[in-house]
Amino acid sequence: MITLTHFLIVSACLFSTGLYAVLARRNAILVLVGIELMINAAILNLVAFGRYDKALYGGQVFALFAIVLAAAGVAVALAIILNVYKYYKTVDPEDIRNLKD
Amino acid sequence: METLLFYLFSVVAVGSAILLVSMKNIVRALFLFFVVLFSVAGLYVFALADFVAITQILVYVGGVLVLMLFAFMLSNKELLNQLQNGTSHFFALPVWQALFIAVSFLAVLVYTMVQATAYEPEWITASRDAGAIIRPTDNTVQHLGVHLMTHYLLPFEVVSVLLMMALIGAAHLTRKEDRI
Repeated sequence: MITLTHFLIVSACLFSTGLYAVLARRNAILVLVGIELMINAAILNLVAFGRYDKALYGGQVFALFAIVLAAAGVAVALAIILNVYKYYKTVDPEDIRNLKD
Repeated sequence: METLLFYLFSVVAVGSAILLVSMKNIVRALFLFFVVLFSVAGLYVFALADFVAITQILVYVGGVLVLMLFAFMLSNKELLNQLQNGTSHFFALPVWQALFIAVSFLAVLVYTMVQATAYEPEWITASRDAGAIIRPTDNTVQHLGVHLMTHYLLPFEVVSVLLMMALIGAAHLTRKEDRI
């Protein structure tokens, strides 16, 4: 039986990788992929803790909800990215700065 | 054997994630994202969440990734270009700064988790002592269905309404019109 710490460390590695993608990549789609990696790390934590909740299955149920919310988020984010591309002709988050102060 | 397979899946997941974020070609990076998602689904199976693993494969691999690939294929090829490093602003930090932040965040997380193993939460200890942890022989799908329709009915309905709102919003945003 695999202990909780193993799952936590694997999900920490995935989360940091996603964080790096969000900070360093200069294409909005890869930033989105980084966010998905972070969401997957969070779901892995939910599922790993949910093994100890036999009465209500809280971890697994909310992991399902998180997957659904991530899918909905991706649909909207891709629509926004396509619109931003149509307007600015670029997907570099750095070049989209009409809202800067 | 089980531990060996767990390590195999986690090495594949973390390794291809690291390769993904350091790859120049975006289409290849997206196909590596397939590998990451499949191996994370394998990790869910090791946490005895088989239904969540199947949902991950259905929703992410079947839905999200196909959506991303379609967004590429239906749009201009400029979208595929990873841009060259130019002047630096706040959001797109240079690579080494992002690397520093990510590695230090990883160090903090791992340190916290290793420290926290000595202080297991009380509910985990209680359920382990009572023998109320999910076992590999349990029928999780049946329990998940019953709980989803009884105890978690309100979040279920809220999520379904939110999913419909998000899909309507996405369809509205991608209309072919002059004005957004």
